[in-house]
Amino acid sequence: MKPRTFDYLRAKTLADVFAVFEAHGDEALILAGGQSVVPALNMRLSEPAILVDINRIPELDRIELQGGVVRIGALCRHETVRRSDVIAGHVPLLVQALAHVAHPAIRNRGTLGGSLCNADPAAELPACALALGTTMVVESASGSRRIPASDFFIGFYETSLEPGEVLVAMEVPVAGNGEIHFFDEIARRQGDFALAGLAAVAKCDGGRLVSVRFAFHSCGDRSLLSPQLSAVVEGMPNGAVDGAAIDAALKGDLDPPDDAVTSSETRLHLAGVLVRRALAHINSEADT
Amino acid sequence: MMKRLVTLSINGEEVSAAVEPRMTLADFIRSEARLTGTHVGCEHGVCGACTVRVDGRTARGCLLFAIQCEGSEIETIENFGDGKGADLQQAFVEHNALQCGFCTPGMLIAADELLRDDPSPTRQAVREYLSGNYCRCTGYQAIVDAVMDVAERRRRK
Ligand SMILES: Cc1cc2nc3c(=O)[nH]c(=O)nc-3n(C[C@H](O)[C@H](O)[C@H](O)COP(=O)(O)OP(=O)(O)OC[C@H]3O[C@@H](n4cnc5c(N)ncnc54)[C@H](O)[C@@H]3O)c2cc1C
Repeated sequence: MKPRTFDYLRAKTLADVFAVFEAHGDEALILAGGQSVVPALNMRLSEPAILVDINRIPELDRIELQGGVVRIGALCRHETVRRSDVIAGHVPLLVQALAHVAHPAIRNRGTLGGSLCNADPAAELPACALALGTTMVVESASGSRRIPASDFFIGFYETSLEPGEVLVAMEVPVAGNGEIHFFDEIARRQGDFALAGLAAVAKCDGGRLVSVRFAFHSCGDRSLLSPQLSAVVEGMPNGAVDGAAIDAALKGDLDPPDDAVTSSETRLHLAGVLVRRALAHINSEADT
Repeated sequence: MMKRLVTLSINGEEVSAAVEPRMTLADFIRSEARLTGTHVGCEHGVCGACTVRVDGRTARGCLLFAIQCEGSEIETIENFGDGKGADLQQAFVEHNALQCGFCTPGMLIAADELLRDDPSPTRQAVREYLSGNYCRCTGYQAIVDAVMDVAERRRRK
């Protein structure tokens, strides 16, 4: 349970990170909170030649309200975001979701950017990024680009980042009037990865549901949006729940993994339970 | 791999040693600083036995490399007592909140952070806060009792 030897560089600037990738290519690995990387190193599932530590690059850990978006630096720690007044006021979904991420000592170190780049299909934050319509701001030696969350998570622990690209920030549209955020998951134990989870963002106008985005975790090879479910729900009169249509939409859009403990069918069922909880919450909030 | 000089402040004292980049903070504390109260269990962040404070917040000693912590202030269980958490230690003894003691240092450091953040936690909040610290002896009941007891005693003071 000790890692293989590796070299280590403490980056002071993004240029330092780019230089390491220039020299070492995919033998280099970025170290952020380390709460996913270090377990993998200790278990020798990952054996990079060099770790490039981005923890001391200034300005990557800010939370700023910029007009209609909240810009969250990639290095913001889970626990800092969970306790931030700006986040509580403008992106309440993240506060709700982060309470389910791991345990306090891990949340003190783990970063939002690290969780998104790790793209664990069972992680809470990628689902939140999808539901919120987040934009990823990425930099590399050749410049900067912006990637919508819906193009960022492309497979099992896989993102559309190229080697040498660094996620520097996430831009989240602020919650407008009449926007309702819902997060829930079903796990065996507090802090464990969920058997199924749901992040939902609904927009209402005068008590009427206008649009809603549902993003699921632990229900496929990555976090997934369910456009079929959005279409079903947006077409329903307020307060009505057409169970059969919901379940058909979930079956169409999700592809939950089958494992020794939890079958694909069970996860689909749990996803349906979460959708019903979400609709009950949205309907009760929309009325008030 | 070449060893590098790493200097940390551990419980207020500077400790320097030449170590490989792959040495974890927990191993540095145990084998270089010779403070063996920090226990190493699962080495992948799950069991919580190696929990220490880094720059004022709890962290897993097994999920940080010592070299990353250059210049950081580390606090271990050896820094407990003398007014700092001594009441928690005492309550663990009184409530039989430990048997083998392997998890106890991590448990105390986590419980201490909880009470700093939230002086009046519910039982459920204590359970949730300590959910990342495994105890294979006591069944947790007594641990939660001890933490609740300290919370109440501190409030009465
Ligand atoms: C016991 C335990 C329980 C956990 N439970 C949960 C849970 O319930 N839910 C959950 O979501 N997570 C959980 N986690 C994981 C935790 O949330 C991690 O913090 C998170 O997944 C990764 O964030 P990090 O900052 O630690 O990233 P790291 O581990 O440092 O990095 C993760 C990956 O992202 C890359 N990377 C990091 N930052 C960047 C960047 N800015 N640009 C480009 N690439 C980058 C790294 O190279 C690496 O490949 C758990 C971890 C542990 C140890």
